[in-house]
Amino acid sequence: MKVSAFHLMPHRELPPDFERRHPSVWVTPPWWELADARRVGQYYNWTLDELLHAARAGFDGVCTNEHHQNAYGFMPSPNLMGSVLAKQTNGLDVAIVQMGMTLPTTSPPIRVAEEYGMLDCISGGRLVAGLPLGSPMDVNLAYGITPMEHRERYREAFELVLKAWQAKEIFAWNGKYFQLGQVNLWPRPIQEPHPPVWVPGSGSISTFDFATDHNVCYCFLSYAGARAASAMMDGYWEVVDRKGLERNPYRAGFLQLVAVSPTDAQAEADYARHVEYFYHKCLHVPAQWFAPPGNQDYRSLLAANRNPVRRAEDPKTLRYKDFVDKGYVIAGSPATVKERLIEEVIKRLHVGNLMILVQIGSMPHELTLQNIDLFARDVLPHLREIWDDKGWENHWWPQSLRASRAPVGAAR
Amino acid sequence: MTPKQAAKSPLSPRGRGQGEGPQGEGPQGEGRQREGTRAITVWQNRVPLRVHVKGTGPAVVYFHGPWGLTWGPFLDALARRFTVYAPEHPGTAAGEPDAIQHVDNLWDLVLCYDELLADLGLREVRLAGHSFGAMVACEVAALHPARVKRLVLIDPIGLWRDDAPVINWMLLAPTDIPAHVFRDPAGAAAKALFAQPEDPDEAALARTRLSWAMGATGKFIWPIPDKGLKKRIHRVSAPTLLVWGADDRLVPRAYAKEFAGRLADSRLEVVAGAGHAPHLEQPEATARVVQAFLAG
Repeated sequence: MKVSAFHLMPHRELPPDFERRHPSVWVTPPWWELADARRVGQYYNWTLDELLHAARAGFDGVCTNEHHQNAYGFMPSPNLMGSVLAKQTNGLDVAIVQMGMTLPTTSPPIRVAEEYGMLDCISGGRLVAGLPLGSPMDVNLAYGITPMEHRERYREAFELVLKAWQAKEIFAWNGKYFQLGQVNLWPRPIQEPHPPVWVPGSGSISTFDFATDHNVCYCFLSYAGARAASAMMDGYWEVVDRKGLERNPYRAGFLQLVAVSPTDAQAEADYARHVEYFYHKCLHVPAQWFAPPGNQDYRSLLAANRNPVRRAEDPKTLRYKDFVDKGYVIAGSPATVKERLIEEVIKRLHVGNLMILVQIGSMPHELTLQNIDLFARDVLPHLREIWDDKGWENHWWPQSLRASRAPVGAAR
Repeated sequence: MTPKQAAKSPLSPRGRGQGEGPQGEGPQGEGRQREGTRAITVWQNRVPLRVHVKGTGPAVVYFHGPWGLTWGPFLDALARRFTVYAPEHPGTAAGEPDAIQHVDNLWDLVLCYDELLADLGLREVRLAGHSFGAMVACEVAALHPARVKRLVLIDPIGLWRDDAPVINWMLLAPTDIPAHVFRDPAGAAAKALFAQPEDPDEAALARTRLSWAMGATGKFIWPIPDKGLKKRIHRVSAPTLLVWGADDRLVPRAYAKEFAGRLADSRLEVVAGAGHAPHLEQPEATARVVQAFLAG
């Protein structure tokens, strides 16, 4: 089992009436009214400190991601953050999981290959290369990519990046979206033939096919918990079976919100308002922006319209207890969290690469450190050996880090 | 045959110039009355286009807007004096969602229609279009100006002003779209364009087709519908009628001035009691001015 700490780098201090006064947390939130650059500098530094703390506390990896024009999570360049993390974790057996640099909006996309090459070199071969499609809000709305070209552009960029890492000869790329006369990547990554590739998805069927066809780790980044994800992940494993691939749990990643306190009651006292802040404010986006016309291919769209897999449940109507009961968030004492994570998430979904959102919404720095410490000390050791008895090899993890990390106590 | 009926019919056999009509609907008394659909495949035999044909008289080619083709009283009225050819934009015809995959950009699209006009044998045409379709009509007219006798642009897009942005309907909630397209979102025209069938399967198909029609046409205008028409519009030589719904909530009337200032010969008709789709919301009044202009 590999367990990584994931961070969105959200705005932690949105006003209480934010979601009533503003139509969206993404694309249109007014910076001048809602944010202060010096304070935001503090958020970035907290974010880096929290991820580094998680690395020292024993997490197997640290995850950053790319989003634009929003207060939900604003690391427009995940590699700026990843670069600090790579440097500062040298000497620790921690993977730098970039979840990652968005392919369709990076032009030319060999920039992704170059920067990931740099990160792999700086980290001594500890990079996990997330190659995300990017959300419609980022790619179509903020960065102006035509929705109908989003996926096709992604697929071309993906092939180009993989080839740029591995080609022994200089090559010309005469693509539909990108034309490059002489591709000759400097630097190349340490890991051969290339760093492990993770593809984050949000449950689209076409991504299952893409992930299995390219033998990458499919990561379901959901905020609705494992119960809501089970049908989706079952669908993924069916595709894996159908293609005759091994049911290796490391072929799948899953993101889970987790909040740990000494007791269940204390967890509610500690985290309730931060969890509600996350679901009520940070996910405040008009539903149609997740699927602008043309973004989903016709058949997926028709299938989704005929058979809505996920019931439309408005998180704004839910409170902390609901989020916990439904498994959106796994919160409570270490014992509670451990049991739910193992049964509901890891075993039920058959997942080997788990990402834990350690900082949720408005959660302040000190509380985030507590969450990281309690998780690393009292939960993580119980997860490490899951799957070991089955003999699965995590092909989607840096080779040098595949053995279990030695247990580490709280870093503080 | 209407597009709605087309949706229920089995896939038509395709091929260059293969026709399916006449369908035997409507008055058949006049010997030269034509009605039916023609399936014509252009672009190295990759892009199937379905063309709805009706009427008698000189040819009018009508390009529909972003929400798919609706054949109603407006086109029926035109068909009384003209032979109306109404192609469905690539990807928007029932059963042919993939047609759009082979049309990469606006230049491809304009040339697809150039090939279509040739395949239909139309050397001299009157062109009309609505919204996105009006932009297409204008581009086609700019390609071969001498071929076009008259041009009708109904609430066209294709130009941009920072002080009067065109609303991007693709970002609106589905439930908010009717009120942006129509002056009266509860009226019959809005219902005809956006109504959801009772049957859940049919409703899912209708929702999918509507979204896909916006996506397939949106491919040529995202994220701002200014794709160079301003550099080409001066080539249009045909007398042009600009028609604007008095209450267009998507494309401000300021654009009428923008078009008029760039066209060699144009005039504006404003249709009262209509929003962005006057030909659907006020079909008789709109048909009257359009028909008179086209006949002139």
